[in-house]
Amino acid sequence: MLADTIAAISTPLGEGGIAVIRVSGDEAVKRADSIYVGKHSLEEVPSHTVHYGHIVDPRSGERVEEVLVTVMRAPRSFTKEDVVEISCHGGLISVNKVLELLLLSGVRLAEPGEFTKRAFLNGRIDLTQAEAVIDLIRSKSDRAFSIALKQVEGRLSKKIRAMRQELVEVLAHIEVNIDYPEHDVEELTSAFIRDKSDAVIAQIDELLGSARQGKILREGIVTAIVGRPNVGKSSLLNELAQENRAIVTDIPGTTRDVIEEYVTVAGIPLKLLDTAGIRETSDLVEQIGVERSRMALAEADLILFVLNYGEELHDDDRQLLQQVKDRQTIVIVNKTDLPGKLDMSAITEMFPEERIVRMSIKEGKGMKELETAISGLFFSGEVESHDMTYISNVRHIALLEKAKQFLQDAIASVDAGIPIDIMQIDVRNAWEQLGEIIGDSAPDSLIDQIFSQFCLGK
Amino acid sequence: MQYDAGHYDVIVIGAGHAGCEAALAAARLGCKTLLITINLDMVAFMPCNPSIGGPAKGHVVREIDALGGEMGRNIDKTYIQMRMLNTGKGPAVHALRAQADKLMYSHQMKLTIERTPNLTLRQGMVEKLIVENGVCKGVETKTGAQYFSKTVVLTTGTYLRGKIIIGELQYESGPNNQQPSVNLSHNLRELGFELVRFKTGTPPRVLKESIDFSKMEIQPGDEQPKFFSYDTVEPPPGEQLPCWLTYTSSETHEIIQSNLHRSPMFSGAIEGTGARYCPSIEDKIVRFADKPKHQIFLEPEGRYTSEYYVQGLSTSMPEDVQLKILHSVPGLERAQMMRTGYAIEYDVIVPTQLKPSLETKLIEGLFTAGQLNGTSGYEEAGAQGIMAGINAARKVKGLEPVILKRSDGYIGVLIDDLVTKGTNEPYRLLTSRAEYRLLLRHDNADLRLTPIGYEIGLIPEERYQRFLHKKRMVEQELERLRTTKVRPEPHVQELLEQAGTVVLNNAVDALSLLRRPELTYEHIERICPSPYELTAEMKEQVEIQVKYSGYIEKQLQQVERLQKMESKKIPDDIVYEEIHGLSTEARQKLAKIRPLSIGQASRISGVSPADISILLVYIEQYHKVLAARGS
Repeated sequence: MLADTIAAISTPLGEGGIAVIRVSGDEAVKRADSIYVGKHSLEEVPSHTVHYGHIVDPRSGERVEEVLVTVMRAPRSFTKEDVVEISCHGGLISVNKVLELLLLSGVRLAEPGEFTKRAFLNGRIDLTQAEAVIDLIRSKSDRAFSIALKQVEGRLSKKIRAMRQELVEVLAHIEVNIDYPEHDVEELTSAFIRDKSDAVIAQIDELLGSARQGKILREGIVTAIVGRPNVGKSSLLNELAQENRAIVTDIPGTTRDVIEEYVTVAGIPLKLLDTAGIRETSDLVEQIGVERSRMALAEADLILFVLNYGEELHDDDRQLLQQVKDRQTIVIVNKTDLPGKLDMSAITEMFPEERIVRMSIKEGKGMKELETAISGLFFSGEVESHDMTYISNVRHIALLEKAKQFLQDAIASVDAGIPIDIMQIDVRNAWEQLGEIIGDSAPDSLIDQIFSQFCLGK
Repeated sequence: MQYDAGHYDVIVIGAGHAGCEAALAAARLGCKTLLITINLDMVAFMPCNPSIGGPAKGHVVREIDALGGEMGRNIDKTYIQMRMLNTGKGPAVHALRAQADKLMYSHQMKLTIERTPNLTLRQGMVEKLIVENGVCKGVETKTGAQYFSKTVVLTTGTYLRGKIIIGELQYESGPNNQQPSVNLSHNLRELGFELVRFKTGTPPRVLKESIDFSKMEIQPGDEQPKFFSYDTVEPPPGEQLPCWLTYTSSETHEIIQSNLHRSPMFSGAIEGTGARYCPSIEDKIVRFADKPKHQIFLEPEGRYTSEYYVQGLSTSMPEDVQLKILHSVPGLERAQMMRTGYAIEYDVIVPTQLKPSLETKLIEGLFTAGQLNGTSGYEEAGAQGIMAGINAARKVKGLEPVILKRSDGYIGVLIDDLVTKGTNEPYRLLTSRAEYRLLLRHDNADLRLTPIGYEIGLIPEERYQRFLHKKRMVEQELERLRTTKVRPEPHVQELLEQAGTVVLNNAVDALSLLRRPELTYEHIERICPSPYELTAEMKEQVEIQVKYSGYIEKQLQQVERLQKMESKKIPDDIVYEEIHGLSTEARQKLAKIRPLSIGQASRISGVSPADISILLVYIEQYHKVLAARGS
């Protein structure tokens, strides 16, 4: 922990099109080089030079990102350690992917304020700044901590807990076999351990792979802005994009030609669906608008349903509202500057007050309330995403991948006839990796499990 | 009437398993040592099970021996059965377990103590510590004798304000109806120590002649017994005695269920915290109601007695119920109960009040060890005893304390857990408490600890030379295997085929061959015999180091990482209240535990990585300020 190699995205999220990943530590150059392909190996290049190349997934050989890499060797760097900075320009998804590959290669995700801390510990920063360093660590950690707490609420954590429970039961059984060899607890067979490991690997794969969950993990909360024409969808979109400095990426969909945009609202990454559609169809006939809304609805995690306060509720509106009332929906009553014609009671009957936001985008009213509503939905754990920031997403993916790797090692050990107590190391590591995702790595809980699962004693 | 009864370097109070190791270590290190105990007939007495060792515990005995302690040698001289457990599993969890001749064990230890130079054994009841200005200067007994010393090691076991509970009956007592130590407990409280109440228990004993062994399953010892001590060369005289296995019956469970209202465990009469791993039979039946039967082992208490220990029937039920329970067990229908089972409550010192050297933070020169520190088990007690004895002696000599790391041995794990995390129930070692289990093996205790024992001065020159020889031979043999090429010759191929592994295409080194799961060192010996004279122990060492090198290497890397955290020391005079930025919980815990290193600090529950970062920054600042002042 004192001198291992760490990495983090060091440019603020959601600001600017270029992101820089900073890697620092003894193995910074080696680890970066392991995922980099360019004219020269990074291990051979002189210090303080910049290199053009690609980040490649070493498992598949797939090119992930086009990058500029700067190598700065110790002690002439910010942290006085070997530092590599990778500049990416392809938007958040590929930046995250690069970070994910680094973490998989054995680099640890930096703790809040850790680069600054190292700079200080290595004598780079003046003594008078120590207090500031401490403040930085504290404030960033507190925020990270509150994020971590929120994440524990979600469905992801439920799944992780379930997997950990399966593993800890196996572990407890192995431990009992070891510590109480004469006890009448049946000996665990290798086949049993293999089956259990397989089962948990399958669950990890499901988490990593399932389109919806995977997308949430990687890309934020899929959000649809729906409503009939002229209710103010495009103004809302522009407002969100403007206020939150959206990163616009042109990612052609595979089935439809949609354009997605990313915005961060109250720290929550939203992936806005069919933004092109909203912009294009604002003047078109009703028919198309409704149709497109329905399509967006199908894949959204979060629905922002926009109504016009100055109009009566339309049949289409009623129909759609009915359709989305049990989903994660926020009803936005726009144009509150107009005389009210909308039957609010019809809406308040269907949605609780905290899900209804009254806005006048034209007059710039209600944005704060919308942010509160979205974060309220998120913080209460109702939105099925578990990741407030991209950084923790990447961290989760890396931890899941590592847990999977350990379980695969355990299976390999089973096949090689390795004794059960040694195989246990891999299962235990997998259990601990999963624990890190939900911030629970207390080793004592294994001992608690042993004594609650088995009746032992002299 | 007080009088001056003499001056010593080290005084050890209590001659149980902790006290004996402490006193022997101190005396062997050249300190004039007094070992004072309530009853001289109870030296190294085993008030509960007549056995030593097993997983983790056996490892500890091995470690005590590797450091130069007595427990291993003593049990090797007095065992009546020896078994290696877990032989079907990996080498790290192979564990030796001995059935002891309880009486001989005690006699033998007493004799060793009596014959040790610098060591005085004395019967007496210590009632008070002599403390001046926060420094312990000696002890005072009930009879008014004042013994003075430079350091004191307190090992009161379960005697401190001990209370025996049998059903509705309760009385003040130490274990096995010995006199309890009451005034010393009050004295410790007056001195400012935080004490808590723990509870343990023991089963009834029965007469051999009244047991029907034909209804039980025999549990013999190993034909080729191994030993705990690296010094032992031959087993004690006499045949090994078997243990016997039987089970509780449905009748047993009914008797217990219908008498639960009379159990002090459930009536609330017991206030002390018991251990989950040492439950009474009534506890087991209530907590695991769906388990139809529980194992009962009948263990002989010695060669010259007919008493049998009924393992699995620990209970504090009333005596009449105990009798019914006994008689409901197949084979014990006519059993004659010789001693009644009981629960015992006693005072324990909250172990976070100790430094990793086992010296108390409150009173300089006062060390505590054993069950008093909240552990359970003879082995755990002995382990703390030897460390407390070593450090008490080193303090007398003005030397730095010896603190074993978690990667050095189970002893390191045990003490670090106690002083860093504390314990809310009697603490038992388990192999799963060690994060580097693969490194902390029964077979390599000497490699891990004998150099330390030698440096301290507890390992004699002759034994150290023997150790060095073994180490050299193992290294030479490993080197030979690394450099010896095995060619695909017919006799080699045939042997490989027989062993069920693939034949060779090209020449390979013998080391890689030994790595194959199907092959053992014996195979290698037949393929390319060693020119060196290797003992079975050396061959075993070679085989383990080769076969598990991948895993061992991984753990060694983890240890190295940990090492950086451990070597980052926290200044003694650090004032946690002054460090702004620490969370309140971390601040309180750190101020209470006062960890010696960043590594230890990071193991305190409630201290987050952010707190550790802040601590690191603060320490750096601290050093820089000091440096600036100095210049």
